[in-house]
Amino acid sequence: MDAITVNNVSKRFGDVRALRHVSLSIPEGKVYALLGPNGAGKTTLIKILTTLLAPDSGSVAVGGYDVVENPRQVRRIIGLAGQFAAIDDHLTGRENLEMVARLYHLSRRQARERARSILEQLDLAGAANRTGRTYSGGMRRRLDLGASFITSPRILFLDEPTTGLDPRGRAELWQVIRGLILEGTTLQLTTQNLEEAEELADRIAIIDHGQVIAEGTAAELKDRIGGSVLEFRIPSDGNLEKAMAATSDLFTGQAEADAAVMRISGAVDSTSQALKEVVRRLDREQIRIADIHLRRPTLNEVFLALTGKEAEE
Amino acid sequence: MTKGSYMSTRMHARVKNNIFDVLMLTRRNLKRYIRIPQLLVFSTVQPVMFLLLFNYVFGGAISISTGTGSYIEFLLPGILMQVALFGSTATSVGLADDLSKGMVDRFRSLPIARSSVLAGRTSADLIRNLFVVLLMVGVGTLLGFRFQGGFFHGVAALVLVLLFGYSFSWISATIGLTVRDPETVQVASFIWIFPLVFASGAFVPVQTMPSWLQDFAAHQPVTVTVDALRSLMLYGTTDYIGQALLWIAGILIVFILLAVRAYKRIT
Ligand SMILES: Nc1ncnc2c1ncn2[C@@H]1O[C@H](COP(=O)(O)OP(=O)(O)OP(=O)(O)O)[C@@H](O)[C@H]1O
Ligand SMILES: [Mg+2]
Repeated sequence: MDAITVNNVSKRFGDVRALRHVSLSIPEGKVYALLGPNGAGKTTLIKILTTLLAPDSGSVAVGGYDVVENPRQVRRIIGLAGQFAAIDDHLTGRENLEMVARLYHLSRRQARERARSILEQLDLAGAANRTGRTYSGGMRRRLDLGASFITSPRILFLDEPTTGLDPRGRAELWQVIRGLILEGTTLQLTTQNLEEAEELADRIAIIDHGQVIAEGTAAELKDRIGGSVLEFRIPSDGNLEKAMAATSDLFTGQAEADAAVMRISGAVDSTSQALKEVVRRLDREQIRIADIHLRRPTLNEVFLALTGKEAEE
Repeated sequence: MTKGSYMSTRMHARVKNNIFDVLMLTRRNLKRYIRIPQLLVFSTVQPVMFLLLFNYVFGGAISISTGTGSYIEFLLPGILMQVALFGSTATSVGLADDLSKGMVDRFRSLPIARSSVLAGRTSADLIRNLFVVLLMVGVGTLLGFRFQGGFFHGVAALVLVLLFGYSFSWISATIGLTVRDPETVQVASFIWIFPLVFASGAFVPVQTMPSWLQDFAAHQPVTVTVDALRSLMLYGTTDYIGQALLWIAGILIVFILLAVRAYKRIT
């Protein structure tokens, strides 16, 4: 059974069409990532799924319950960590979690026990008795996340859970999220980061201007956008045009030349021998290489490949 | 078990849960009062200062025209009204703060009744007002105030002023949910609270005001209620009580509806 079905949902705010005919279905126990730039409509969709906002048209079922008809049933089985950490600055970390647990009607003992184990799990045990005001950004994020899964909800929504974290904080949070996935929670998260979506999600929907423009597993999407990006730089006295002419046919799409930093980059088929071939050809043309590497495409490049234009705000 | 009794058991459980949620949220809001020093100062030191200042600065000039024994007897009921009204603005600031920090969204995603966030907020302010009102009565007593209307009428007066403050918390809730920006809310609250408190019979007899102002001052709810307080506290009579209760009931009905509607409209 699908944990979430979104059927032809639209939502507008005045002139802004935040969502346009969005349809998705998310199977029970899977991780689904919504990937999109600023203003794409990610938060709007999450708010509709978590009963905070009513859709203008279309229908949404979460855990089998319609979000408009049966919001209270939906709220019993979901957890939400919104885009901005919602923690009470004047309660301690422990009190924050216990309050949320009690509002889910856990007994006092259960609430205390759950709060304790979550603080431990999130590496916040040492700060448990400090007020939220004294927490760093990363700590606030983790505490907010902890509050969202305090009752081990069937379906969990995380809106940009790792935005604003340093690489280590991000890696730690991924670890926690993977733990939740193992427990069988259905997880819908949003992100602006392709790597994060790939790392965590079974399926990814790319959303732009309120529309789903691509959907599939990371592998399927990568095939559509050409797998990896090959990028090389030549010394500043080199001939960029000549380098471009020698290599352009090796890229799957249009390659880009940036004269300011003497760099050429473009998507390549990950199974191809593009890297070796570029080196061979540049060598043949006697163009020296300052730097060359393969990397994952950025969100911008994914957009470029899928829509032919840059991701814009 | 019959269907009817099953239904009533469920209803019963639901009501019990709702009350529990309101209590939890009330407790959370009260903890904030204790932990934010500015709020504590604002709600205790400031009204005491007002009481002392009014009593000693204006007392000499005003006692002539009040007709009662001493100014403190006239003043204390007025100060209690001021405390209750100023206290009610905490509701709007608190709600706007919760809105801007995302706490309201957190609460709205939980399986609790939508009204419990508002009820938890206004209840916390009611309890805080109770403490401040008792504090003011204590300080007033030191300055020479006595409940000449008797103990029970005195208690009734305190209940009345708390009810009045509670009804204004719902006006305040409506403003907080409509204006939303915490700083603007603070300013917005005082724009309507100040004229209500000062263009009233709270600190001076209405008869001393220019006649155009008297028309407003004599009929507005603060004057009616403060007159009811004086009647209870000083004479042990119940004049104006019916009118005061009507105002309170009217305000509660209208603004609970408006506040809940504004809460539902949050996006
Ligand atoms: N309450 C609102 N009132 C008016 N416009 C809104 C409101 N909420 C969202 N919008 C608009 O709807 C569009 C989608 O916003 P949304 O917050 O869903 O984007 P997002 O994908 O979450 O972006 P970000 O990555 O910046 O968080 C934006 O153009 C935004 O300005
Ligand atoms: Mg967003």
